[in-house]
Amino acid sequence: MATIELKQVEKRFGEAYAVKPMDMTINNGDFVVLLGPSGCGKTTTLRMISGLESVSSGIINFNDKDVTWLHPSERDIAFVFQFFALYSHMTCRENIAFPLRASGEEGAEIDRKVKRVAEMLRIEHLLKSRPGGLSGGDQQRVALARALVRKPAAFLMDEPLGALDAEFRETMRAEIKRLHLEQNATTVYVTHDQIEAMAMGDKIVVMSAAEIQQAGTPLEVYYDPANLFVARFIGSPGMNLVEGSYSEGKIKLGDANIYCVPQDWRASLDTTIGTGEVVVGFRPEAVQFSAQGQLGSSVYANDLHGSYSMLHLELIKDNIVNARADRRDRHQMGDSIKFDIDPEQVRFFDPKTEKALQKVAL
Amino acid sequence: MSRIRLETISKTFGEELALSKVSLDIQDNEFFVLLGPTGAGKTTTLRVIAGLEKQDAGHVYFDESLVDSIPPADRDTAFVFQQYSLYPNMTVYENLAFPLKSPLRNFDAADIDRRIKDAAEKLRITHLLERKTARLSGGEMQRVSIGRAIVRKPRVFLMDEPLSNLDAKLRESLRVELKHLQKTQEVTTLFVTHDQIEALTMADRLAVLNNGKIIQIGSPDDIYDRPASTFVAQLVGTPRINLFETEFAGGKLHSLKNALEFDATGLEPASKTLVGIRPEDISISAQGTFHAKVVLKEPLGVETIVHLQTEDNKLLAIVPGISHHQIGETVKFEVNSDRLHFFTTEGERIEAKGVAA
Amino acid sequence: MALRSPSAPKQDVVISTRVDKVGLRPALLRNFRAGLAVVAALIMLLPAVWMSMTAFKSRPDAVSVPPKVFFTPTLEGFVSLLTDRRQLSNTELEDYKQRTDLNWMDKLALKRGQAIIGWSEFPKHLRNSIIISVTSTFLSIFFGVLAAYAFSRFKIPGESDLLFFILSTRMLPPVVVTIPIFLMYRALGLFDTHIGLILLYTAFNLSFAVWLMKGFIDEIPKEYEEAALVDGYTRLQAFRKIVLPQAITGIAATTVFSFIFAWNEYAFALMLTSSAARTAPPSLPSRIGTGGVEWAAIAAGSLLFLIPAIILTFALRKHLLRGVTFGAIRKG
Repeated sequence: MATIELKQVEKRFGEAYAVKPMDMTINNGDFVVLLGPSGCGKTTTLRMISGLESVSSGIINFNDKDVTWLHPSERDIAFVFQFFALYSHMTCRENIAFPLRASGEEGAEIDRKVKRVAEMLRIEHLLKSRPGGLSGGDQQRVALARALVRKPAAFLMDEPLGALDAEFRETMRAEIKRLHLEQNATTVYVTHDQIEAMAMGDKIVVMSAAEIQQAGTPLEVYYDPANLFVARFIGSPGMNLVEGSYSEGKIKLGDANIYCVPQDWRASLDTTIGTGEVVVGFRPEAVQFSAQGQLGSSVYANDLHGSYSMLHLELIKDNIVNARADRRDRHQMGDSIKFDIDPEQVRFFDPKTEKALQKVAL
Repeated sequence: MSRIRLETISKTFGEELALSKVSLDIQDNEFFVLLGPTGAGKTTTLRVIAGLEKQDAGHVYFDESLVDSIPPADRDTAFVFQQYSLYPNMTVYENLAFPLKSPLRNFDAADIDRRIKDAAEKLRITHLLERKTARLSGGEMQRVSIGRAIVRKPRVFLMDEPLSNLDAKLRESLRVELKHLQKTQEVTTLFVTHDQIEALTMADRLAVLNNGKIIQIGSPDDIYDRPASTFVAQLVGTPRINLFETEFAGGKLHSLKNALEFDATGLEPASKTLVGIRPEDISISAQGTFHAKVVLKEPLGVETIVHLQTEDNKLLAIVPGISHHQIGETVKFEVNSDRLHFFTTEGERIEAKGVAA
Repeated sequence: MALRSPSAPKQDVVISTRVDKVGLRPALLRNFRAGLAVVAALIMLLPAVWMSMTAFKSRPDAVSVPPKVFFTPTLEGFVSLLTDRRQLSNTELEDYKQRTDLNWMDKLALKRGQAIIGWSEFPKHLRNSIIISVTSTFLSIFFGVLAAYAFSRFKIPGESDLLFFILSTRMLPPVVVTIPIFLMYRALGLFDTHIGLILLYTAFNLSFAVWLMKGFIDEIPKEYEEAALVDGYTRLQAFRKIVLPQAITGIAATTVFSFIFAWNEYAFALMLTSSAARTAPPSLPSRIGTGGVEWAAIAAGSLLFLIPAIILTFALRKHLLRGVTFGAIRKG
C-alpha cells in the first residue's frame, strides 16, 4: 500500500503540454478517480505514475521514495487496461498466475493465491478456459484478478469498464467498489464517465486541457463546482448555466426574466461582480415549478427517463435549461411554464474568469 | 411524410435468422424507435425499409404503395448512419448538396442553395459550410449528417444509432435537439438504438426487438410501466429492475427465505413467480416493513444508488439526493406495492387482475 | 462568452500513447535517430550520385583511377548516347573545323573527331518504354479497380478461389514462361509490337492491382456508397463520385508499383522485341561491347531512364506515403 505524491509533474511534447505541471497527493487506501474528456491528460498522468510514460519534469514519490525514473516493474504497481490485455495463449489461471511467476513464487503458494482471488471475483469456473472465448465482463474480471493477486502498492486502472456494454458496466462498477472496500488498496482510476467517477471515487480529480480543474469528494464537485467546466461536466445532464446582467440584487436573464438573488448571496455578488455579467448555475433537480414562479419559459422538449421525466425549457432564446420533473407531469412542446430555483442550490460564476463565486458571510 | 408498414418481414443471412416475421405500422410523423441489444435485427429492419437489403419474405409499404421492388434511390428515404456517412472528399456544403444534385431530383441551383442555408441554420452549422468534413468534430459531423437528411424533405428518416459514437454530453444535447427538430419538421422517423435512455426519451412509440423478433410495441410509458417480459423489464430502466423468485403460499408471495412478502390479490400465481421492483419504488424509511443491510452506496449527486442485502436477495434502491446511511448498517424499507411487476418463471408478464396498473 | 447547451470540450492538447524508454531522454534519442537516418540516406543515394556524375564526365574522366570528384561537366555522354556518328578522316576533320553551321552537338562530336549522321535508336526506345508503360499501367489500374471493387462489395461465388487464381499468375518465375510466350507471340504476330508488350505487362500487373486495390477498397466503409444510394444515385454514380475519390491513395500507390514494374521489365522486353517495339531496359546494355565501354553514355542513358519514374513518384508522393502504410493506419 502506498501514498502517491506528484510534485510539479508535467509532460510536454515539444511546445504542447499533455499535462501541465501538477501537484497531487493520493493517500494510502484512497480510491481516486481522474476524470475528464478525451485528450485532457488523465491517461498520460496515470501512465506517468505507472512509469509507462516518462515525465518531462517533476518528481513522483511512492511512500516518500522517489520513483520518477524507476522502470514500471520496479514500482510495485498493478495496471488494468481498457482492453484487458490478457495473454490469449494462456488459460485464465496462467494469466492470473503470471505476475506471481515473474516474482518467482512457489507453485503451491501461487495456486493458493490464484484460488483466493478467483473466489473473490467469482471466476473459479473460468480458470481453465482461455480468455478469447469469454465475454467482456468476464475478461475484465480475469484482468482484475491478475492485478489483485499480487497485493501491489497501488492499482492503476485505465478506463477498465470502457470496453464493456452498459449492463456489465453497472455490475462491474459496483463490484470494483466492493473490492476496494474490502481491500482498501490505493487505487487510481481513469475514466471519462462522470457517473462512474461519482459512484466509485472517494475523491475525484477533474481534468481538462492538461490541467486539474478541481479535486474533491464526489459531492463537492457535484454541489460546488469550482468553475464552469466542472459545472457542465459533472451531472447528467450538467448544471444549467445561464448568463445575465447583475445589478443590485437582480439578474436580468434575456428580455423577459428577472431573477432575484437570494439574500445570502448578495454580498458576494455586490463585491465581485458589482454591476455586470454573471452566470447563474443550477442543477435540473433545483428547479421548483410553481404558478407563481419568478422565471418564465417555454417547453422545448419533454422526455421520459424512466423514474422521472426531464423538461427542456427555453429560458432565453437558444439557451435550453433542463429541469427534473415528476414523470406524471406532461407538457406539450411550446407550453409556457413558470418556476423558481431552490435558493439552497443556486450557484454563481464570473463569466470572465469562469470561476465560481464564494458565498461571503454578511 | 409517409406511413411505413412492414408486413411479416423475414430475412436470413446464410444460416442466421436476422428477422422473423416482423410487422410494424409506423404512423405519419411518428418518432418510432427500435430498441434492442446487438444482433437483435434493428439495423436489418432499417436497411430493408431503405431498400439496401432485400427481405426473403414479407412486404414493405410506404403509405399504400408496395415498394418491395423499388431500388433505394427511388424510395426517397434519408439514412443517417452511425458513422462514416459524410463524404470525406467534399466540403460540408457539397455534402449537403449531394442528395439534391442527384439526377433523380433535378433541383435548380438557387433552390439547392436556399435549402442548404435553411438546413444549416436549423442545425447551427452555417459557420461550417466551407469546411472539409474530415476537420469536423464528432458532434458536428453528426449534425451535418442530419442536415443531409433534412435538406430534401424525404418521406422518412432512417437513423441507425446516430448518437452512439458521441460522448455523453453531446449525446444528451443532440438528443433533445433531434427530438425538437423531428417534431417541428414533421417527418416520419425510424430511429435505431441499443441505448434505453435514448429510446425512452425520444420515442413516441418504440418496439423492443430481440433475436429478430418483436417482443413489445408501445409508448415509453407502456414499456417502462408494463414490460411484456423480464427481458424488456431488464432492458429499460437504470439501474436495472430488481428481479427475484418468490413462492406462493397462503395467498401471498414469499421470497425464498421469507425476507420479502407481497400481497397476491388479483393474481393467479403459479407456485413460483418472479417479482420485479424498480429501484425507485423501494424507499428506505424508519416505518418500513422489511429490513436489509446496506452493502454499498453510489452517490450520483442528484440521487444515490443504495445496494441492499436482505436475507435472500440483493436489491438496488434509489434514494434522492445524498444517502446518510452507513455501509454495514441495517435499514428498514418499504416497497411501492402498486408498482410491482410479476412474471412467470419463463419471463412472461402476469397482469394483475383488478389491480390498477 | 456565449453560454450554450454543453459544447464539446476544447482539445488542443495532443496525447501520445508512445512508450518512451525510461531513462533515455527523448532529445538525445531523437538526435541519434536523425543521425542514423542521414547515414542510411547517404549510403542509399551514393550509386545515384555516382551515376549522375558519370553522365556528365568526359570519356577519360569517366574511367580515371582514382575517380575524379571535381571535373568539368560535359554533355559528351549524352551526345554519344543519342546520336549515331562516323569517324572523320584527317582531311574531313580539317574541313569540318572550318564550318560555321555546326550546332553544339556537332561540336562535341568533333572533339572526338566524329561527325553526327543521325539520331540513335535510344530516343525511340525511350519513347516505346513510355508508351508501353503508361498504357499498360492505365489498363491494369482501370480493370484492377473495377475488379477489386466487385470483389470487395459483392458476394461472388467462389470469391476466394478466384482471388487465389488471380494471384497464382504471379507465382511462376517470369523467365519460365518466356519461351512459350515467345512462340505464341510469333504465331500471333505480336512479336516486336507495342500491343504485345502492353498486353503482357497488363496481364502481369492486373493480378497485383486487383489484390492491392481490394485492400484499399475494403478499407472504405460501404456506408458511404449506401448513403449515396439512398440519396438518389445509382451504384455506378456512387462508385464514380464517392469511391474513386477516396481510393485515390490506393490508386496512386498501385500506379507507381505497376508503372515501375513495366518500366523496368527486362527479360520479356529482350525476348519479345527486336527493334520497332524495343524498350529502354534491353536497349541500354546493348551499347556495351561496341568498341570499349562508354561509361558516360551508359550513365547518361540510365539517368534519362530514371527521370520519368522519379517524376511520377514525386508527383504522387503525397498519396504514396499514406498508401504504402495503408494496413498500419486504421480509420477512426
